[in-house]
Amino acid sequence: MKTLVLIEHEGGQVKDASLATVTAAGKLGSVHALVAGEGVEAKQAAEATAKIAGVDKVLLASDAAYAHMLAENIADLIVPLMADYEALLCNATSNGKNVAPRVAALLDVMQVSDIIAIDGERTFKRPIYAGNAIATVESSDAKLVITVRGTSFEKAPIEGGTPPIEEVSGKGDASLSSFVGCETQTSERPELTSAKVIVSGGRALKDAATFEQLIVPLADKLGAGIGASRAAVDAGYVPNDYQVGQTGKIVAPELYIAIGISGAIQHLAGMKESKTIVAINKDGDAPIFQIADIGLVGDLFQIVPELTAKL
Amino acid sequence: MKILVPVKRVIDYNVRPRVKPDGSGVDLANVKMSMNPFDEIAVEEAIRLKEKGAAAEIVAVSIGPVKAQETLRTALAMGADRAILVQTDDEVEPLAVAKILKAIVDEEQPGMVLMGKQAIDDDSNQTGQMLAALWGRPQGTFASKVEVSGDSVNVTREVDGGLETVSLKLPAVVTTDLRLNEPRYASLPNIMKAKSKLLTVKAPADYGVDTAPRLKVTNVSEPPVRQAGVKVGSVDELVSKLKALGVA
Ligand SMILES: Cc1cc2nc3c(=O)[nH]c(=O)nc-3n(C[C@H](O)[C@H](O)[C@H](O)COP(=O)(O)OP(=O)(O)OC[C@H]3O[C@@H](n4cnc5c(N)ncnc54)[C@H](O)[C@@H]3O)c2cc1C
Ligand SMILES: Nc1ncnc2c1ncn2[C@@H]1O[C@H](COP(=O)(O)O)[C@@H](O)[C@H]1O
Repeated sequence: MKTLVLIEHEGGQVKDASLATVTAAGKLGSVHALVAGEGVEAKQAAEATAKIAGVDKVLLASDAAYAHMLAENIADLIVPLMADYEALLCNATSNGKNVAPRVAALLDVMQVSDIIAIDGERTFKRPIYAGNAIATVESSDAKLVITVRGTSFEKAPIEGGTPPIEEVSGKGDASLSSFVGCETQTSERPELTSAKVIVSGGRALKDAATFEQLIVPLADKLGAGIGASRAAVDAGYVPNDYQVGQTGKIVAPELYIAIGISGAIQHLAGMKESKTIVAINKDGDAPIFQIADIGLVGDLFQIVPELTAKL
Repeated sequence: MKILVPVKRVIDYNVRPRVKPDGSGVDLANVKMSMNPFDEIAVEEAIRLKEKGAAAEIVAVSIGPVKAQETLRTALAMGADRAILVQTDDEVEPLAVAKILKAIVDEEQPGMVLMGKQAIDDDSNQTGQMLAALWGRPQGTFASKVEVSGDSVNVTREVDGGLETVSLKLPAVVTTDLRLNEPRYASLPNIMKAKSKLLTVKAPADYGVDTAPRLKVTNVSEPPVRQAGVKVGSVDELVSKLKALGVA
């Protein structure tokens, strides 16, 4: 099967989620990778993509219309390219989820969302009901459009490939939408979806200042990314991109420390694949303890500073 | 402008879904069902736009069994003006839902379709994007802020890196994220009033849409269960456990 992977990139670098998607595509057949963007950054990203082991060819579409991944423009670029491919794979990230269904509908294909395993050429496993059930689905469509859960596939090595880069072009700007601006935090911390350790705080952290005082030093000690429950985000302790869960980020670090988080199913959906889960909660019956490998019942306001000091 | 709000009847978000032992699906018999939480947010946002004078009429639509009338009545009680039920007992996949919605859009000519980003049963997160594609209109997905001005709408989107704002030409599809608003409860008088609002019942065939599934679900299973581990008695014990695991 010939597959096309939509690469996500930033500052000329390929995002980790795309490396996992390349691995998933490789299980289906040959892998061509599409880099869409503008100017030097897109060119650098295409060069980086060409080094990824397992990529057989890179398509580079460079146009101002592709700079911000606007779904209307990117879908119009991908649809004609799909004449040569049997499958499109995108990351199950906010960008992938935005673009892939638009392409799927234009190709008259029912998308397979958020796959966690490939059981055969057209058979996939995907979580439903916030991960409380796993469905095995078989597609009968002529082409496949798939989004891939990054934590379920190994990252393809970023060295080893030497495929050609071919320039492609599309319609450019569909004149339906435009980018106005963004508020993104650039931080030195590891990105949540690829962090090895995550320290996550819940509603119990009281307010933004307390969250910062308690969670940040512990995360610094562990070189960890910082996550949060929805309750903590809603209460304004941290920005929305910290949210872990069914409707936030899906993470699977080596170590996940849940502090003052009760363990609602929507939260567990985003972190229960973590290798080791530690829970700190004053309520010994909190559902989080049902899935924690190591639990400590007690007051986080005493425990967390002590833990930070002793690590 | 008219706003169309698709609402889906799904398992209540507080209920823990149980997989049927024969692997055929999730057991929904005698389970509490409610409006998909993201769709409640969409209904609320439509009402707020109407209250601000940016919308004139709100039409709620659901594709599902006869019981989905309850979901539509909830939308009407919150403040939608009328409702359409496209009645079917079959499971309708997002692509077919999008096609039915497209046919309704052609009839109703709304200025905006406001819907949930994700149904909490299938977790597909695709119907809105598909509708926008079939309609040839722009999409503002995962919205945490919606501002209509003239013939365009600014949508602030929750994206992986933070927030992003896009400007879309109307008509457009907007899908809601959790922080867009907090949905109101319907008051008793409004629940009574909703009973007399117009609810039209249709069938997928009325729109010429084939709802045969493209994805065959061959099995539904429980996820691997995670064993609860140990409880430690002190921070020192926790630290030594973490060290033993090599994670700290
Ligand atoms: C459609 C939908 C989608 C959702 N998606 C998500 C999602 O993606 N992610 C998510 O997280 N949630 C999500 N939610 C919300 C979810 O249902 C819960 O409401 C939320 O996860 C609760 O957050 P919490 O555990 O921080 O707060 P709470 O449930 O209030 O728990 C706080 C915990 O802190 C403990 N505690 C309090 N004080 C202390 C102390 N001093 N020391 C130690 N422990 C203490 C308490 O015992 C309690 O267990 C979603 C909900 C809906 C309806
Ligand atoms: N059967 C349905 N009836 C009405 N609206 C639906 C239906 N299925 C999906 N939707 C809408 O599409 C959104 C996304 O659903 P999904 O793509 O299935 O995750 C939901 O939040 C609803 O607004």
